[in-house]
Amino acid sequence: MLRFVLRRLALMVPVLVGLSILLFAWVRALPGDPARALLGQRATPEGIARVNEVYGFNEPVLQQYLIYVKALLTGDFGRSIKTGQPVLESFVEKFPATLELGLTALILAVIFGVPMGYYAARHQGRFLDTAIVSGSLLGVVTPVFFLAILLKLVFANWLGWLPTSLRQDPRIDATHVTNFYVLDGILTQEWDAAWDAMVHLVLPAVALATIPLAIIVRITRASVADVINEDYVRTAESKGLSSRVVSRRHVLRNALLPVVTTIGLQAGLLFSGAVLTETVFSFNGIGQFLFAAIGGRDYPVLQGFILFIALIYALINLLVDVLYGVIDPRVRVS
Amino acid sequence: MRWNVVLKLGRKLSLVTAAVASSAVVLSGCAQSERDGGGGSAGGEGGGTFVFAGAAEPELLDPAFASDGESFRVARQIFEGLVGTEPGTADPAPLLAKSWEVSEDGLTYDFTLQTGVKFHDGTDFNAEAVCFNFDRWYNLPESVQSDDFAYYYGKLFRGFAEGPKAGKGIYESCTAEGDDKATIKLKSPFAGFVAALSLPALAMQSPTALEEYQDDSAPNVNTTPYSTQHPTGTGPFQFESWERGNQVTLKRFDDYWGEKAKVDTVRVVAITDAKARATAVENAEVDGADLIGPADLKPLEDAGMQIMAREPFTVLYLGMNQKTKPLDDVRVRKAIAHAVDKEAVASASLPEGSELAINFMPQSVNGWTDDVTTYDYDPDKARQLLKQAGAEGATIEFNYPTDVSRPYMPSPADTFNVLRSQLEDVGLKIKPVADVWSPDYLDKVTGTADHGLHLLGWTGDYHDSDNFVGVFFGTETAEFGFNNKSLFDKLSQAREIPTVEEQTPLYQEINKDVAEFVPAVPIAHPAPSLAFGPDVEGYITSPVNDEVWSSVTVG
Amino acid sequence: MTIPLPPSRGPMTGADLEGPESGAFEESERGLSLWRGAWHRLRRNPTAIIGALIVLAFVIIALAAPLLTQYEPGSAQWSGQVTPTSVPGPSAEHLLGLDRFGSDLYTQLIFGARQSLIYGVVSTAIGLTVGSLLGILAGGLGGWVDTAIMRVVDIMLSIPSLLLAVSIAAVLGQNAYSVMIAIGAAQVPIFARLLRGSMLSQNKSDYVLAANSLGIRRSRIITGHVVPNSIGPTIVQATLNLATAIIEVAALSFLGLGESDPAVAEWGRMLVAAQDRFDAAPQLAILPGAAIAITALGFTLFGEALREALDPRTRR
Repeated sequence: MLRFVLRRLALMVPVLVGLSILLFAWVRALPGDPARALLGQRATPEGIARVNEVYGFNEPVLQQYLIYVKALLTGDFGRSIKTGQPVLESFVEKFPATLELGLTALILAVIFGVPMGYYAARHQGRFLDTAIVSGSLLGVVTPVFFLAILLKLVFANWLGWLPTSLRQDPRIDATHVTNFYVLDGILTQEWDAAWDAMVHLVLPAVALATIPLAIIVRITRASVADVINEDYVRTAESKGLSSRVVSRRHVLRNALLPVVTTIGLQAGLLFSGAVLTETVFSFNGIGQFLFAAIGGRDYPVLQGFILFIALIYALINLLVDVLYGVIDPRVRVS
Repeated sequence: MRWNVVLKLGRKLSLVTAAVASSAVVLSGCAQSERDGGGGSAGGEGGGTFVFAGAAEPELLDPAFASDGESFRVARQIFEGLVGTEPGTADPAPLLAKSWEVSEDGLTYDFTLQTGVKFHDGTDFNAEAVCFNFDRWYNLPESVQSDDFAYYYGKLFRGFAEGPKAGKGIYESCTAEGDDKATIKLKSPFAGFVAALSLPALAMQSPTALEEYQDDSAPNVNTTPYSTQHPTGTGPFQFESWERGNQVTLKRFDDYWGEKAKVDTVRVVAITDAKARATAVENAEVDGADLIGPADLKPLEDAGMQIMAREPFTVLYLGMNQKTKPLDDVRVRKAIAHAVDKEAVASASLPEGSELAINFMPQSVNGWTDDVTTYDYDPDKARQLLKQAGAEGATIEFNYPTDVSRPYMPSPADTFNVLRSQLEDVGLKIKPVADVWSPDYLDKVTGTADHGLHLLGWTGDYHDSDNFVGVFFGTETAEFGFNNKSLFDKLSQAREIPTVEEQTPLYQEINKDVAEFVPAVPIAHPAPSLAFGPDVEGYITSPVNDEVWSSVTVG
Repeated sequence: MTIPLPPSRGPMTGADLEGPESGAFEESERGLSLWRGAWHRLRRNPTAIIGALIVLAFVIIALAAPLLTQYEPGSAQWSGQVTPTSVPGPSAEHLLGLDRFGSDLYTQLIFGARQSLIYGVVSTAIGLTVGSLLGILAGGLGGWVDTAIMRVVDIMLSIPSLLLAVSIAAVLGQNAYSVMIAIGAAQVPIFARLLRGSMLSQNKSDYVLAANSLGIRRSRIITGHVVPNSIGPTIVQATLNLATAIIEVAALSFLGLGESDPAVAEWGRMLVAAQDRFDAAPQLAILPGAAIAITALGFTLFGEALREALDPRTRR
């Protein structure tokens, strides 16, 4: 297992190196002087001179790249044009919010998606199956931000049941230890704060969960349908095993494989979705920060965040592969 | 049976969650705000928390380097200047200075200070502190002298001790006499001096705290400890915490020299989207919000919220770049002025309470006059003028910003659209060019010649005529692209006149000249709107945004 | 946003339904009869018919837009009638009323279809051309070319596609072309993988092995057998990607990239502009939102039905 993990980690290296080259080239492809692109409006002649020196923009390209990589390896991902805050620092600050939101969305998608897909597969052609399948199709084709806007309109503006924005009611004097607000509330036993943070998660998480939910439903349905037609399931059934045992021992174990992969692959989508969802709900995570960075042409932030996201994305894929190995030992061998 | 799936998966997932979460704990180990003993300590009247939503985060908390409204909003609670404003107006009023005297020649100002005033760090506010601040500004290093940092000081005092602007400044010296007398000497007269001291950028900061936490020559003054964690002034609220991207928390300063604040805690949050700000007020998620869009006013009012409008101290104009054809022809500019139906623009895109403009300064500002050429809405005349100029059917670029609401321009896309249809109505062809507000739009419109018509405006910082017309038309700019020496001369002459009364006729004349020259079409003085929950009382709006929340109470 | 899916990053594909490693079609000996059979199956599949009808209606509306309305798109002609709190609703002159900028909403929606078609087709064409070429090169030449191309594809896949599109649009500036190129580029890895996978699986197929053993030149085998056999899945993927592209254009508009004219007849932009008039005129947001969803649905249904028809194995 360890060797498997190590090999997969090694495979990440070329991708990350390639990505760093791409991002390095990207800043230089931006319109205008790269030093100015990195400093923005607040660029003073001294600042530009300093950046030119630090990043070596006057040096040969290869040397520039080495300087860039060296900075990356020492944890220097540049500073935001707008606030001057180190990019790494703001990422560490915002990431818990997005992770909290993303995990909530993923959990919602899984606890509703897997049973729905399973039910649909077991009752193919019936009314509920058709409803589930059509619903999941709608989920895939509806733009996330459109759905987010609709949810906000109905549940926050019209009905007033749920909050429209932010991660927590600013009136609550909450202690923030980990920046996972729900977790913080639980750790510090500030139950009102935990509850309030959860309430603030509902709408954005539902909006963000739709597409993964739809996908999980469809994959589960297809995968379960596949498995129940397999010989070993038929054999098991004909042996007279109770349907409960059959489901547990044969159908689920085998049908889960593609589902787990899919769940892992949703991670990338959650980042894309988060940019849009967090923006609609003024939810202070990396999505909203990225949106502001796009609008404000904050290139160092974009550059750094894309690198981090790719890294996390790669780690999640690794995790999925490992999980996959746990469920299906055959994978490890090959 | 299907629940088995859930349980099984759930267990695996929770393991994953826990692992990821715990690593994040380590990452973000820097804990933020400490929990306070408990909610409202001061019972009876007042107490509680006042939550206010702005449109963006403050950039930094050292007001000397700030020029954005959100930084000033917070700074106004923490800091006080020698001079304040009469509540609800733009007129200067005593604050940290009890009184002042000006010499005949307008070069020497004697300030008598309040006594018994303490900074939040416990040190005394006195004449020495005043001189410390004036000397600090004057001696700021070159790296922060640009418009991006010490913008206001640079503009008002026109120079520093060192750097490219060395020797051009009007600041001479500051001398302290005892604890409560400070004398400021200027090199040349500046009629707006006293009014300018009401700007948060010129507020008094604690010398002790500055020395300990601020580094004016830091590579980035935005991120120094002082600018982010230790702003120290004399105001009714003291800094508690700033959770980046989230909120700024201030607590009541109990040793405040004046009337103490009624609420215990103030929180300022940023909600970028105008619509979301309005809904947050309606759902009682925040107690108040600034920059409410015109579209949201009526729904909020219907829902029982309080709407307040600041007295307009703004101007919105349609700028014309004379470096591009056919805008270099005054007949075309006049035609455009006649083509614009200001009333329609206001009703389609500006909040109620906005006033239509004929000068580039609101009526309350010294030098305003109705004795200027007004260009009434007259499409026929516009067509005629265009014909004379040979510019019928000319194509003109029209720049406007997206995704922004400014106090003078709550929804630029709407304003643009109405204007476009009016201009097309008189036979011009409009080519829309939209850019994000910052940095693209501002860079393009104020920094390059690559624009035609454009929307821009101004919110007055303090009561001074030069702070309006002087800003727009005082020198040759890329924004308007003209060189009108007589206008430039009149403006610099007016600026140097020591008293406001003597300035009046000159500014009236300037306003008339500008109206003849039509470098832009003044459209309106939009009234920025605020909204509050039904229980908020005691909020006093100010035309120059000098709103201190010490009098505010929440239900 | 839309959802680039694993492993292909297009919306739901049959390949996903089969589990992670499929993607290429069974080798095919079927030739023309494959298409005839597919046509036969399509005609009997109600999903296909619904999808086809939506797609057809969309294309007709897009092409015939000027004939379907008497007004010009994006004219903002009646902006005088719009106030911050009210937008005129349906009337005799304006079937669906006005939009917030004072253009005829019906006209905007009709011309929005045209805009979406252009964006969708151009960007998918870019992705298809570049991606297929890369895929064919990788699969056909193998060796270091394959390794190099697939590493680049891996890198592109390591960034969520929306962010990839945003980064590209940032370099190219704010205009319609940069959006098309950005969305097209984000599709490149999908097609590259598809074509490469398809070629590799066919390389092992009996008929290619046979052709190889007969000494037929490699390029002939590729152009004569392998490429034609990949056309089916490619068309399916392109159809599905059109759906994605239409949704992504809207997402980029939402992020402030794309056409700069606020009154332009583009569904995404209309939706964004309508956001702050939600209380007064929800139809301004709901109609373009629904138009995006229905069009994407049409392409998705049709694409999936097409896949089933071309590869009956996935049918149940």
